[in-house]
Amino acid sequence: MIGIVGYGGHIPRFRIKVEDIAAVWGADPNSIKNGLNIEEKSVPSIDEDTATISVEAALNALKMAGIDPQDIGAIYVGSESHPYAVKPTSTIVGEAIGCSSEFTAADTEFACKAGTAGIQMVMGLIEGGYIKYGLAIGADTAQSKPGDALEYTAAAGGAAFIIGKKDIVAEIEGTYSFSSDTPDFWRRDTIEYPSHGGRFTGIPAYFKHVIASTEGLMKKLSLKESDFDYAVFHMPNGKFPLKAASILGIDSKKLTPGFVVKKIGNTYSGSSLLGLAATLDVAKPSQRILLTSYGSGAGSDSFSIKVTDLIEEKRKNVKKIQEYIDNKEYVTYSQYTKLRGKI
Amino acid sequence: MGHESSVPLFWRLIKPRYQLIGTKCKTCGNVFYPPKYLCPVCRKEGVLEDIKFKKTGKILTFSIVRSAPTGFDKETPYAVAIIELDDGPKLTSQIVDWKEDDLKIGRRVEACFRRIYTDGEEGIINYGLKFRPV
Amino acid sequence: MKVAVIGVGSTKFGEHWEKNLRQLAIEAGTKAILDAGIRGRDIDAMYLGNMSAGRFIGQEHVAALVSGELGLTIPAVRVEGACASGGLALRQGVFSILSGQHDIVLVGGAEKMTDVMTDGATSCLMGAADQEWEAYYGVTFPSLYAMIARRHMFEFGTTREQMAKVAVKNHHNGSMNPIAQFTNEITVEDVLNSPMVADPLTLYDCSPITDGAAALIICKAELAKKYTDNPVYIIGTGQASDTLALHDRKSLTTLDASVKAAQKAYKEAGITPKDIDLAEVHDCFTIAEIVATEDLGFCKKGEGGKLLDEGVTNIDGKIPINTSGGLKAVGHPVGATGVKQAVEIVLQLRGQAGKRQVKDAKIGLTHNVGGSGATAVVHIFSR
Repeated sequence: MIGIVGYGGHIPRFRIKVEDIAAVWGADPNSIKNGLNIEEKSVPSIDEDTATISVEAALNALKMAGIDPQDIGAIYVGSESHPYAVKPTSTIVGEAIGCSSEFTAADTEFACKAGTAGIQMVMGLIEGGYIKYGLAIGADTAQSKPGDALEYTAAAGGAAFIIGKKDIVAEIEGTYSFSSDTPDFWRRDTIEYPSHGGRFTGIPAYFKHVIASTEGLMKKLSLKESDFDYAVFHMPNGKFPLKAASILGIDSKKLTPGFVVKKIGNTYSGSSLLGLAATLDVAKPSQRILLTSYGSGAGSDSFSIKVTDLIEEKRKNVKKIQEYIDNKEYVTYSQYTKLRGKI
Repeated sequence: MGHESSVPLFWRLIKPRYQLIGTKCKTCGNVFYPPKYLCPVCRKEGVLEDIKFKKTGKILTFSIVRSAPTGFDKETPYAVAIIELDDGPKLTSQIVDWKEDDLKIGRRVEACFRRIYTDGEEGIINYGLKFRPV
Repeated sequence: MKVAVIGVGSTKFGEHWEKNLRQLAIEAGTKAILDAGIRGRDIDAMYLGNMSAGRFIGQEHVAALVSGELGLTIPAVRVEGACASGGLALRQGVFSILSGQHDIVLVGGAEKMTDVMTDGATSCLMGAADQEWEAYYGVTFPSLYAMIARRHMFEFGTTREQMAKVAVKNHHNGSMNPIAQFTNEITVEDVLNSPMVADPLTLYDCSPITDGAAALIICKAELAKKYTDNPVYIIGTGQASDTLALHDRKSLTTLDASVKAAQKAYKEAGITPKDIDLAEVHDCFTIAEIVATEDLGFCKKGEGGKLLDEGVTNIDGKIPINTSGGLKAVGHPVGATGVKQAVEIVLQLRGQAGKRQVKDAKIGLTHNVGGSGATAVVHIFSR
């Protein structure tokens, strides 16, 4: 049985409210808040980046897993804001958490689904008998153009998952993916801020892939909506995941524990994984979680995850995602622009 | 390109800086962080081995830097402190995620992984451990 | 009494935009040579204190540079111990005479700091601390001494006002010193209200960035009367080291190197702290003067602050400290400071200190520290 041996997350402390961003651009905060269904987003400290967030998340996962980091055979860090364009984040993580030199590593990119792709890669290496444990991380310190709609949601955070076959807190029953060449959101090389297709990012992009991937997973594993206790979808804002749930006939209450976007924004590669971690923090043994990520460009990875009896004991001594969400300090728009290096 | 941009100079200290690995003298039992390459107590009788320290401790003294050295100007004001690890050794680092009343002698802290210094737009990024109040 | 000082010289300390390092060194050197009444060719060797010409102006090999500019081919050595470089150069010069190798030696100290910007100077100065384990984390010298101050306040109740009084006293003394960078009088409020540099130290708690040079001519004691009626003798010298990084010290409120260096010097001179009539101590920051008065034995540990409240260290007090104006008011061209301290003591013991003159000054002490206390060197002078 392959599954999650330990997991953990990290969300930077600073927050900026929607109304403080709206005030600068003369936008109506209430219509933004209602339109996006988000209140505030996380902002990294000047000395935080995807590598530091990945390390903190990985250390939490390691604490829960209780394994020797020297037994980790693969590390994949998925992000669209790696600190270097060339020089992997994954080896920085390996060095910081005490891995040996006997591991394979790579950084992945696929917009917001780079982290879940890493989980699939690690699963393959484990099932193939090549490694004992693998570490997959999704983390981002997302950038957005000042004044653009994305400024309200582009946030920072990440989650790490150690996958293996021993002492798992949740089984990964199966995975299914749906990919296509759909340019809904992109950033050209050397250009600072991403661009997007406006309303095109909805039905032909997010919804098409999320729905198809979820339905594909359920068909493959012969599961129905009622088999799942919780559902986590990638959260680019607070509206899309609820609409996806509605289209799929999934009760929106099942999204609640993983619905981190309202208080921290869209953490890109960290989004669905932080949602999964937050859900695992409260799920009970034998409950089943649906996870569907989404990465622009485009694709979705879906997973069916069943919680085991070991979870309550193992998650006890690791900081909960809700604690990270609650531990916050607000910054002004000018402090925000300084922290994000825009000025 | 002076020592500020040196690659080997920083690479060499990755393990002690990222993982809080110091040295312990098997002869006298003293522990050292930052690591010592010769036991200053035993000298030639000393035999040193690596030891990983717990990442918790307390503030012994602190200050807030407002006039920065080259490379740190965007970060002011930032707090620096001498921290006594629970395992014994004392080290110097920054305090992060602090509020006014966190900067006190005796305040308990834990290590966290952060950027320390970035060599401009083209050079490497140096990471290490800073400490935050618990 | 085996070594005598027969000549002193110093440039004005300050921002010398028009003068480079060699000009400053030559100016101080020739003043000392003229003051001693010797010829250049009488000098047997030169020891030059300089902390960081390499980083400030890209120039190493500075002793050879200066001796060449003086037109001399004598042995010339650059001595470095961070901010104690000047005091160490003096000690090396003294040893070279005691060894019998040299009879007349030129001891100099010089630093050119203003060719780089403030952040650059702050970084250069951090060369005196642990690069890998202190400077790496963005620590600065003001913050290192601020951490000492914070601890001193915590352990002994030393106050910000007491620290401020060090700066007030030293500015007052400096106002009477023609070589001082700052000659303005200041108040305790001025110090407390000046911009914060590293909490709790403000701008006026900190010695400035300065260009300057100072020099002494020292010689075998038997030769002194040949050149002057007013020789001053070096009757004791002591030096000690401690861990480079502040976090490795046994105490954060005592500079053990100062204590040990002073003990050695007192022992060699056959005196105790009570016999000292005046002292130039290393006030790189106001707290450093308070700690120094304790470490040198002028008061008990923890009571250094009280001395300021009681005026004990004023020019007319029981033990005048930093009659020159100290590092705070005269300025701190790093390598020159230790030598300038000796110049002040010699002037005082000769009775040539003008408005700053301490009555009946017979025995004086200089105290020069490197970094946050990893090096300390003490000299005792007598009429």
